[in-house]
Amino acid sequence: MNSNGAPKENFIFENTTKVKNILSQYPDKQSATLPLLHLAQSENGYISGAVINTVSGLVDCHPAVVMDCVSFYTMLYTKPQGRNIIQVCQTLSCSLNGADALVDQVTDKYGIKPGETTEDDRFTLMKVECLGSCGTAPVVQINKEYHERLSRKSFDELLESHQ
Amino acid sequence: MSAFKPVLTEHIHQEDCHTLSFYKSVGGYTALEKVLKMIPAEVTQEVKDSNLRGRGGAGFPAGVKWGFIPKDTDKPKYLINNADESEPGTFKDRLLMNKAPHQMLEGMIIAAYAIGCHTSFIYIRGEFYKEFKLLEKAVAEAYKDNILGQSILGSTYNLDVVIHRGAGAYICGEETGLIESLEGKRGWPRIKPPFPAIEGYLQSPTIVNNVETLSCVPHIINRGASWFKSIGPEKGPGPRLFCLSGRVNNPGIFEEAMGISLKDLIFDRAGGIPDGKKLKAVFPGGSSSAILTAEEALDVNMDFDELVEKKTMLGSAGVIVMDETVDMVQACLNIARFYAHESCGQCTPCREGTAWLVKMLTRLVNGGGTPNDIDMIFEITDNIGGLIDFSMGSFGKTICPFGEAVAWPVRSFVEKFKDEFLAYLPREKVVA
Repeated sequence: MNSNGAPKENFIFENTTKVKNILSQYPDKQSATLPLLHLAQSENGYISGAVINTVSGLVDCHPAVVMDCVSFYTMLYTKPQGRNIIQVCQTLSCSLNGADALVDQVTDKYGIKPGETTEDDRFTLMKVECLGSCGTAPVVQINKEYHERLSRKSFDELLESHQ
Repeated sequence: MSAFKPVLTEHIHQEDCHTLSFYKSVGGYTALEKVLKMIPAEVTQEVKDSNLRGRGGAGFPAGVKWGFIPKDTDKPKYLINNADESEPGTFKDRLLMNKAPHQMLEGMIIAAYAIGCHTSFIYIRGEFYKEFKLLEKAVAEAYKDNILGQSILGSTYNLDVVIHRGAGAYICGEETGLIESLEGKRGWPRIKPPFPAIEGYLQSPTIVNNVETLSCVPHIINRGASWFKSIGPEKGPGPRLFCLSGRVNNPGIFEEAMGISLKDLIFDRAGGIPDGKKLKAVFPGGSSSAILTAEEALDVNMDFDELVEKKTMLGSAGVIVMDETVDMVQACLNIARFYAHESCGQCTPCREGTAWLVKMLTRLVNGGGTPNDIDMIFEITDNIGGLIDFSMGSFGKTICPFGEAVAWPVRSFVEKFKDEFLAYLPREKVVA
């Protein structure tokens, strides 16, 4: 039980070998926080309270310290997301090359605005800042992959290919 | 001056250029072999003599930085390769990681040897997942070939490389923010001094160098400091990856000698502006640099000192081109929004000021501006990033240079295109 009386849930990592490897790579425990959170998110889909409890135990920090870290980073999600996360870069070079229209295209096609998820959990739409691929604007990242030089047509096909 | 031949990107068009076997076939890791027979101070001296200046944005001389590592300490020393490329307009490190990961690794090992480091890190931005997997492979190849690990290439030198993924925060490209992030905390920059070379990662001496900076190092060792210094301006020499994006026909990365004219980059390398439109303004060195008007841009060379004279900077060499179709108020708002989103929130002038800028510019765009707004924008930018007086040095209102990185570009938009901002003000009602 936590001090507030709530049951202390824990997250069980599937890939325990990887957990061990991560912890052995750093001279101190706390440095393993981000890689453990990345691993947990890839297994669990998001950073739950249970994930924070487990990671805080592994890196020997108070859960609040881990939560403080989690809340800083845009790639760590504290809520469940859609199966496919569409991240449209909206910074200058992409914006000058039609990024806004790509956002509208998703909104028109699936009825979701930035920050929203479709009812069937197929897509979550996000506007993000510079993805570092300005030479091939406009750029959209779907899950882990970059898609560059998108046109209305190629973006449409890309969306169709994600279920 | 003889025609410039690419150094860092010479082989990137070869299909297997990212592999260890290819890199070795073009002389890869011979610089490392040479270095392992030198004493570390000689290596640092060679890089100092080359005048290699940091390619991440600040342009600090790499060899001088290495020289700051204390000689009389028992603490471990760390080298961090800053691969957190996230300055808008910049996309060169991603190319180097994709196409020449071993060139970068060789540079890292040489730098680590020079400063006496045995554990080093590559801090790669979280979004670069493909590059992360590619680097994992390259590092594994290097371990297998005894280029990393214990007794490297038969010497007494040991080095481990750990690849660490960021999680989406621009500020982690700032070296002390990066170190905090690596330690498992929010990426809040630290007050300097102490500088990382004295107290960095885990309070130990730490050097943070950019991917492109480190990629230059093997070439300096192989061909000598004087060769490097002979490329471009002597005070800031060498090959440089220029990133061209925005409104150009042929955006991309062009490796050129430092000091090339901005005009050649835009109109020759990047093929000029689409549909015969006119050039309007340019970010010469990423979105943190003050913008240049077309007239200024056509009369400047991409050299550290020359751009400082023009009250801007070479920064990360990310050139963003804006043509006559671009609304400068909207472009300014886009950049201000970027900084408001990425402000780490630690210092009040930056956290509040960036949000105010976005609110004011949004209001202006929506027709709700007031005549005072222009002055107020200047006041806010001065509060965040100080007055733009390079001769006096204007740093100091925030813990890290992010404050200046917002203030300079936003102020330059309003100063240089004031008419466009004024045009957004609602017209006064004429009483008949």
